[in-house]
This record gives sequence, structure tokens and C-alpha cells, in this order.
Amino acid sequence: MAVLIYLITVLVCVLVVFYAERKLAAFVQDRLGPMQTGFYGTFQAIADLLKMLQKEDIIPQKADAPLFKIAPILVFVSVFVGFVAIPLSPDFVGAPMRNGLYFVLAIVSLDIIGLLMAGWSSNNKYALFGAMRAIAQIVSYEIPIGLSVLAVVMTCQSMDLQEISFQQGIWANEFGGNTTNYLFGLKSLGINTTDIGGILTWNIFRSPVLFIAFIIYFIASLAECNRAPFDIPEAESELVAGYHVEYSGFRFGIFFLAEYAMMLLTGFLATILFLGGWNTPLPNIGNVPLAAWTSGAPGTVAATIWGVFWMISKTIGLLLVHVWVRWTFPRLRIDQLMHLCWKVLTPISILVLFVSGIWRLLMV
Amino acid sequence: MTYFKDISEGIKTTVSGLKLTMKHIWQARKSRSTVGIEQENYFKQDTGIVTLQYPFDSFPVPDNGRYRLDNVIEDCIVCDKCVKICPVDCIDIEAIKAVEDLGLTSDGSPKRLHAAIFDIDMAKCCFCGLCTTVCPTECLTMTKTYDFSEFDVTNMNYHFSNLSPEQVLEKKQLLEDKKG
Repeated sequence: MAVLIYLITVLVCVLVVFYAERKLAAFVQDRLGPMQTGFYGTFQAIADLLKMLQKEDIIPQKADAPLFKIAPILVFVSVFVGFVAIPLSPDFVGAPMRNGLYFVLAIVSLDIIGLLMAGWSSNNKYALFGAMRAIAQIVSYEIPIGLSVLAVVMTCQSMDLQEISFQQGIWANEFGGNTTNYLFGLKSLGINTTDIGGILTWNIFRSPVLFIAFIIYFIASLAECNRAPFDIPEAESELVAGYHVEYSGFRFGIFFLAEYAMMLLTGFLATILFLGGWNTPLPNIGNVPLAAWTSGAPGTVAATIWGVFWMISKTIGLLLVHVWVRWTFPRLRIDQLMHLCWKVLTPISILVLFVSGIWRLLMV
Repeated sequence: MTYFKDISEGIKTTVSGLKLTMKHIWQARKSRSTVGIEQENYFKQDTGIVTLQYPFDSFPVPDNGRYRLDNVIEDCIVCDKCVKICPVDCIDIEAIKAVEDLGLTSDGSPKRLHAAIFDIDMAKCCFCGLCTTVCPTECLTMTKTYDFSEFDVTNMNYHFSNLSPEQVLEKKQLLEDKKG
């Protein structure tokens, strides 16, 4: 049941983002984008999907067929399994885990095995180059991601994604813990925001240093998803298509889906870790309890509806930023990519980790 | 320290790049209107979506544009000048001397010849417009139709003769009879 809910969520979000990406790309370049299929081209994504499913599934003669066939499935499964720990609402999470965050990061790293499988078994130099680049990039960028996520873990004192979500809203004490949120995480300011909620209790406001962690996480997640400007594993102008150059039809579709699912997963994770998860962005102001109006008490139907609504819309918003970034910047060279990771993001994230540790002391 | 300078420059350029694309996304609310080159504000539209959804929408063609040829056969005196001037020989005319009175064209020139064949092969045409300048009765003109592609190239050969094959035979017979 949960699998079906997540699968449908992923598919719908992927279709929405795919359409939005084509439209935004067009608008950035002063074009219109798809206009013919359905009103304003809304069915273009579905039409493309149907077209892709009808294509022949070509397996090159010299390819290592078993690995070649299983690679896209492994990539998608390892990305999709990550969704299981993502709480979509106060009452709905596929698998409640005390160490859900650890699980997500671990399982997502599996997909590089699938990428290497795809690249190597294709028996194609471009595919192999693409796979090698993908691995170098993803393994490297897991370090800034890990460190920025660690800063959140330090602030929240938990690896449970549901607990992290609960801490960032007006239902902070419904999960069992005893959380008191202060403005900017400074107890000495004396402004208790626990009942104000909204954007003020999001992690980026609970501890402002996490905003820098968020930026680092966002940049690194672009690289994790092989998205421009870090799309060197599939650099069209150099590698034709990278690790999936030999794939066609349904298997290519799976790769495509996995890429967008990965974006969605990192988007969900960013939302939970930094942007309040399923909590409403509207705070209670004096006699106007906007936060209470736009979210339900855990256990009610309203909580699920509002939770899913805020969660999905925040994530889609983040993915639209992904798209915006993609159509703004040219691709980085591989040495620039490694420079950014090891010499810029990693030192800054270590610094952020240190400062957020000190900030945590100010919060209690 | 170039390291920190690079980082701050990187952030600055990143932000300005994002601003630029956001500006374009914002301007994409409007499309440019389809004004022709002859209109005043043709060069004044520098923002908004440039895409023209062609079959539904198109630019106005300038009056002196040279596109598909059209011949009004009622006004044609079959003088053969267009055939002679054509640099690519895309016009094919076969004339038959008329025995009866064919009347006048709309500008008052007397018509003395039937056009048994008046074919213009637009697939060969180089759109120089010389035929229209030599045409004494101005019956051969360039129209504003530019979208006339065909699946079969032979369909590009336009027939302007107003005589059916039977009528052609009849007119030839009449001429023979008169000579004889």
C-alpha cells in the first residue's frame, strides 16, 4: 500500500517537474515550449512517456547482457527505496525508522553501482567515461552532503526524519520529545517561537547557520542528481549521453525516471532537513493562528492533507529552482567540479558543522 | 587571497546569472506581437517570447515580397516574354493562334492567342521576379502565398491554361481549317 502511494507520488511529481522543466527552459530562452499536446502542452510529458514505452529495447551484441539489463532497475530501485523513510505527513511515513536519515543516505549511494554497471556493461567508451565520471562526482559530493546533513542532526539531536519534521512546527511536542524553539535558536533573546511555528521554526531559522548548510546541501544535491551545471556524467557535447548512451525504450525510461526520482528524493530530504518538512510556512501571529489554520493536529485527516500539500509543494518549489539553475549555468569542467567539492564545499561544510555545534549550545 | 576572491566572485556571478534568467522567465508572460518588417515598432520589441506559432499565426508579408507566382489567364496575351526572360526556364507556354475574336484584356490589350499550355514549375522557380516585370499586361504576379510545399514534386507544376485538352484540339483544328 505504502509502495503504491509513494510510486504514484513519485510518478505524478516526475511528470509535473518534467513538464515544468520544459516550460521553464523555454521561458528562459524566450520560447514557448510544448504547446500542441493538450491545453498549453500539458499532456506532452505523458505523450513522451507513451512514445518511450513503444520503442524497441535494444541490447548491443557486445554488451554484457545480464548486467546491461539489470542496471536501470537497480538504479531505480535503489533511489525508490530511499523514499520509504520520507514522512509525507505527520501520520504517514512508509517505514518509521529511528535512523531514517542514515538509511536514506546509505541506500542512495547504492545507485552508483547501477550507474557503473550500466556504463561498463554497455561496452562503449562514452558510457564507461560517463559512468566513471558519475562515480567520481557522486562519491565526492557525498562528503559535503554528509557534513551538511550532520549539522542538522546535531541541531535536531535526531536521525529520525519524522522527529526532525515534528521539531520544526507548532506540533513540536506531539512526537514525545520536549522541544522548545527560540527565534534564531538564541535562548538569550527570550523569544519563544514554539507556538508561533511557521517559517520561524524551520531549521534554517532555528539555527541560521543551517541556511549555509542548506545552500551547500542544495549545490551538492545538484551534483548527486547529475543535474546541470554538474551534469558532466552525461555531458551531451562530450559523451553523447554518458552512461545511458546505449539504452533505449523502456530501460532508458527507467533511467530517466530514476534521475528525476533522485531529484525528488533529494528535494524531499532538503525540505525535511531545512525547510520544515510537512509543516506550514505560515506562522501564528497574535490572534491570527495562520499556522493552526493551515495544518491539522496529528491524527486528523486535515493533518494528512495539509502535510502532503506542504511537503509536495515545497519540494516541487525546490525542484523548480533546480530547473532554474540548470538553464542558467554552463557545465563545469571536471577539475572545476572537483575543486568546488573538495576545496570549497567541504571546508565550508566542516566550518558550518563546527559553528552549528556551538549554536546548539545556545539553543538549550 | 585569490581563494576567497574566487569564491566571492563565484557567488556574485552566480547570483547575477540567476537574476538574468529570472528576468527572462518574468518577461515570458508576454509574447511579441506579429508586426511585419514594414511596421514602425518592428525593431522595438526586444522582450518577451519570440516564438510564432506558425500555422496558427504568421508574420504579415511585405508588399514587395516575392513568393508564389500567379497568372490571371483572362488577362494574358500569351506574348511569351516571361518564358524568354526566365533564367531557369520554369515557364512553359504553347500558344495557338485564335481564329475568332478573343476580346480585350482588362487593360485594353487585344488578345490574339490561345494558351494551350501555360505551366509554371514552382519547384524550378528562383523567385527573381523578372517575369512579372516584363509582363506587358501585368497578369503574371507574385502573390503572398509562401507555404505551398507538396509531397509530390510534380504538384509544384502549376497549370494556368483555361482550355481543356479537347478544346485545345478543337482550336488547333479550327486554325488548320482556316489555313487550309
